[in-house]
Amino acid sequence: MKRLARFLKKYRFQVIAGPVFKLIEAIFELIVPLVMADMIDVGVAQGDIGYIWQRGGVLLLLGVVGLASSLTCQTLASRASQGVGTDLRRELFHHINTLSYRELDHFGTPSLITRMTGDINQMQTAVAMLIRLVVRAPFLVIGAVVMAMRIDLQLSLVFLAIVPLLSLALYVVMSRSVPFYKLIQRKLDRVSLITRENLSGARVVRAFRKQEEEERRFEGACVDLAENAIHIGKLSAVLSPFSFVIMNIGMIAILWFGGIRVNVGSLTQGEVVAFINYMTQILIALVVVANLVVIFTKAAASAARINEVFDTKPSIVEQTQVPVTPVAGAAKVSFCNVNFRYYQGAALALKDVNMDVPAGSLIGVIGGTGSGKSTLVSMIPRLYDVSDGQVMLDGVDVRNYPLSQLHDKVGMVPQGNLLFSGTIRENLRWRKPNATDEELWAALKDAQAESFVTALPDRLDSRVEQGGKNFSGGQKQRLTIARALVGEPGILILDDCSSALDYATDAALRKSLRRRAEHATVFMVSQRVSTVRGCDRILVMEDGEIVGSGTHAQLLESCPTYQEICMSQMNAEEAGA
Amino acid sequence: MSTKEVVKRLMHYVKPYAALLAGALVCAVIYVVMSLLSPVLIGEAVDGIIGPGQVDFAGIVRIALYLAFVLVAGGFFQWMMTLCTNKVCYRTVKDLRTEVFSRIIHVPLKFIDQNAHGNIINRIVNDVDAVSDGLLQGFTQLFTGVITILGTLGFMISINPWIALVVVALTPVSLVIATLIARGTHTTFLKQSRIQGELGGHVEEMLSGQKLVKLFGHEKASEEKLEEINQRLYVWGYKAQIYPAFTNPLTRFVNGLVYAAVGVAGALAAVRGVLTIGQLSCFLSYANQYTKPFNEVTGIMAQLQTAMAAARRLMALIDEPVEEEASSLQHLPEGKATISFKDVSFHYLPERPLIEHFNLEVQPGQRIAIVGPTGCGKTTLINLLMRFYDVVDGAITLGGVDIRTVSRDELRSHFGMVLQETWLTQATVAENIGYGKPGATREEIVAAAKSAHADSFIRRLPQGYDTVISENGGNLSQGQKQLLCIARVMLMDPPMLILDEATSNIDTMTELRVQKAFAAMVKGRTSFVVAHRLSTIKESDRILVMDQGHVVETGTHEDLLAQNGFYARLYRSQFEAQEKASA
Repeated sequence: MKRLARFLKKYRFQVIAGPVFKLIEAIFELIVPLVMADMIDVGVAQGDIGYIWQRGGVLLLLGVVGLASSLTCQTLASRASQGVGTDLRRELFHHINTLSYRELDHFGTPSLITRMTGDINQMQTAVAMLIRLVVRAPFLVIGAVVMAMRIDLQLSLVFLAIVPLLSLALYVVMSRSVPFYKLIQRKLDRVSLITRENLSGARVVRAFRKQEEEERRFEGACVDLAENAIHIGKLSAVLSPFSFVIMNIGMIAILWFGGIRVNVGSLTQGEVVAFINYMTQILIALVVVANLVVIFTKAAASAARINEVFDTKPSIVEQTQVPVTPVAGAAKVSFCNVNFRYYQGAALALKDVNMDVPAGSLIGVIGGTGSGKSTLVSMIPRLYDVSDGQVMLDGVDVRNYPLSQLHDKVGMVPQGNLLFSGTIRENLRWRKPNATDEELWAALKDAQAESFVTALPDRLDSRVEQGGKNFSGGQKQRLTIARALVGEPGILILDDCSSALDYATDAALRKSLRRRAEHATVFMVSQRVSTVRGCDRILVMEDGEIVGSGTHAQLLESCPTYQEICMSQMNAEEAGA
Repeated sequence: MSTKEVVKRLMHYVKPYAALLAGALVCAVIYVVMSLLSPVLIGEAVDGIIGPGQVDFAGIVRIALYLAFVLVAGGFFQWMMTLCTNKVCYRTVKDLRTEVFSRIIHVPLKFIDQNAHGNIINRIVNDVDAVSDGLLQGFTQLFTGVITILGTLGFMISINPWIALVVVALTPVSLVIATLIARGTHTTFLKQSRIQGELGGHVEEMLSGQKLVKLFGHEKASEEKLEEINQRLYVWGYKAQIYPAFTNPLTRFVNGLVYAAVGVAGALAAVRGVLTIGQLSCFLSYANQYTKPFNEVTGIMAQLQTAMAAARRLMALIDEPVEEEASSLQHLPEGKATISFKDVSFHYLPERPLIEHFNLEVQPGQRIAIVGPTGCGKTTLINLLMRFYDVVDGAITLGGVDIRTVSRDELRSHFGMVLQETWLTQATVAENIGYGKPGATREEIVAAAKSAHADSFIRRLPQGYDTVISENGGNLSQGQKQLLCIARVMLMDPPMLILDEATSNIDTMTELRVQKAFAAMVKGRTSFVVAHRLSTIKESDRILVMDQGHVVETGTHEDLLAQNGFYARLYRSQFEAQEKASA
């Protein structure tokens, strides 16, 4: 939490002035019982009506000034906490944007989203509470004790006994029940898991006639949750009655010992009333302290999660901003003894990969799941850095390129067909923000998307919903391909992106890519032999190694892995065709 | 649905726990009375402490004993009250959840297909909690709050009606303040949560596509958009925070006013001798706490509104009609039977007819392949055969019996189904395979796994057949999941099959196994296969070619090629590329 304190710097004034104003109010609150004691002991005892009115006026004044200062404090606290939240969101988002694939993989999307939203909100609350209550609540407790000591040192011993007792009760109950809340959360997670399963698997559940059993399973999870919640309830329900009892024991003690003190004349009746008032104040303040502890425990966990992101440094760092000039005569793309592992200690995802790809070739990459196809092509736009060896574009190590130049050179269609909310035009302009409509239509045409975009009423201005939900799988795939084609990248990478296309469209797409390959280098990753068999060269991947490289016919002769893949996908006659 | 109706229906869920609820209310009354008694007793004790030599110790002891009783009883009943409320709450929540879930499990699939799953999960998880927080706990808090206010007034009037009047006169001030704040809070909160939603949406969208953002160098644009929303959130977040933040100081101020007024009025009364100092002290205690319940009550009102909205959504879900069975049920013939589609028409939306006047007769043991481009409605046939949806016109018969006249369970017991989207439940491998056959022995399960070619990989899992599969098979590969789904059907041994071939994402070795398993399963059974592989298609007895929801052609591979229609074009488009490549 300390390290996030830098975000408070900008709000130094609010953070200091806020509690000061709050303190003023608290002090006034502590004075109130004293004024009241005066009213009783002087006003009532001597029958001085003027004095009573005057003291009443003082009470009113204290109230007004207290109100003013506490409103000021609340305003300051809101300003500072909202400000810190806003700054944190901006900075954290910016930091996430600097992270590379490796770090993104490490955190995972849902966890980053929680940190950006829930955790930052938690911090915001903590800042507000810091300003509003952190000074006030303990001050009221200590202040009440001090004031009591000022009135009568001996009688205030009662407080010194009661306050630790109350604190102890708070501590014991809370430290016992907090771990249980995690348990409850887990039980609740199970309830939503079963719900989720039954929605996504509605067809299977019904096909297997398991509805009644799923109901019983769900009810079981609900009963489990309910009984656990009731059990914890028993524990935390003790707190409030317990403090009520302790406080009132304090009251009895004050009455008894106070009685003794009054009897010998060292205390007045009004002062006993003041003592009783202070006791009530302490109880209220201690409850606030208990809530504060909960808020700050949560905030500390949130702070740790946020810090974890801030502490993560991007593994891919730009070494230069100066554009690089290509080496004449070098291969377009070359891999030189490349080894790669996703994280320290993991198995090699790429093993000793060597290849030279001349400009203008159409390269197919094939292999089973986890064979390293996608990993191989991710090295080209430097999504990950090699663990050993070198990846070179136009004869220059990719690590020596400014990232923007690299992004310009390489167009990529990753797996997942992700589109973003906005218009089709906005989505297509991701690679080149100032691309003209002609360029966009050309890209759509090559991606076999021209016909369906033309058919849309708003054409390029058609709305795209989040994730491209309003388009079919095949349409999305074609749009993502078009997006990568805009700006005529010298290298084009398609990572398994024709799986949702029917045969006819897939064939037409391959035709237009072949035309593109005349002036660009194209990598096509696929699991389907039919997609890659027309390529100039096919790389066969297995366990992170290139186990075969050549044309379809050559590989069919020489590469057992390739033969196996072919056999699994077509019958002998077709494979030989 | 009117508020009254919603409450009435909710009461139905509370009914089984009426005794507990009544107990909670009785405990609440006792607890409130006890807690209000303690200032009175303390006041009396203070009256016994007048000055030097004028302290009534016997009186203090007597009062202390009373006080001890009052506080122990008060504490006990407060505890009991919480226990009872908790039980009512959590048990009602459980019942309500189970009820909603049982609807979900029996509604027509149309409902599940058309509604966002996230929303439904939200109903079951969060809305139910909101109802319990707002309506049940809120109710007891409201109840204690009101009793406390009334009780305080009652005690004050009984001690001194005139000073009580001073307090009553100041009451509207706190009410006005509370209402004003509640109103301001409501509108700004709405606005804030809308912007928060917008921000969350942007963050979610960008972070889900973060790799693309990096790949396309889109960081700056994405940050600018965030900042724009962020600034608006700052403005409205501040407003939304400031209203409730003013509640506490203002309440304390009103408290202070009441306190001062009571103090002055009390002191003046004491001078005239109509009030003792102890009674004044008691009044002051009340004044100190008088506005607190008001505050709580307004807070609860807001919570109640949220709860009502949630309850309304839940009731709407509970009111969803469930699937009904035919009034007089018939039975299907045992084993394989002829399946006929007789003049079948079907559509999901009336304005978009899909299948029209479709006829097909499938002899026992025949293999039917369904082919066509993506999104052509191949799964519609599965939906109709399994009665996930019912035909709009015409009929599907099995051995001459209209499938709408048999129970869905009986119909489905005749079919085994393997979908492309594999679905497994969070349980052990053995439990997943035995899913369709309760009470299957371990031997049967292993045998099914063996015939599905799944045994060898299962044995290599950390705990073999007892390995727990994480949510939706996260710890298995796509191909392995498919093998388990096949084993699950093998164990059921149904006479008819519905299969959806996987298109991609299966590694080569597993792919081979899956194909072998499919072949073993199909043997001797009537089967419908949504096919993506040419070999599967060619070996079928009949091919249904679908396009845009319509069955455009039917026949064998040779027939269809000879027709030179849609199928022939589809087939050639694949071959053209292959021929070119090898040329």
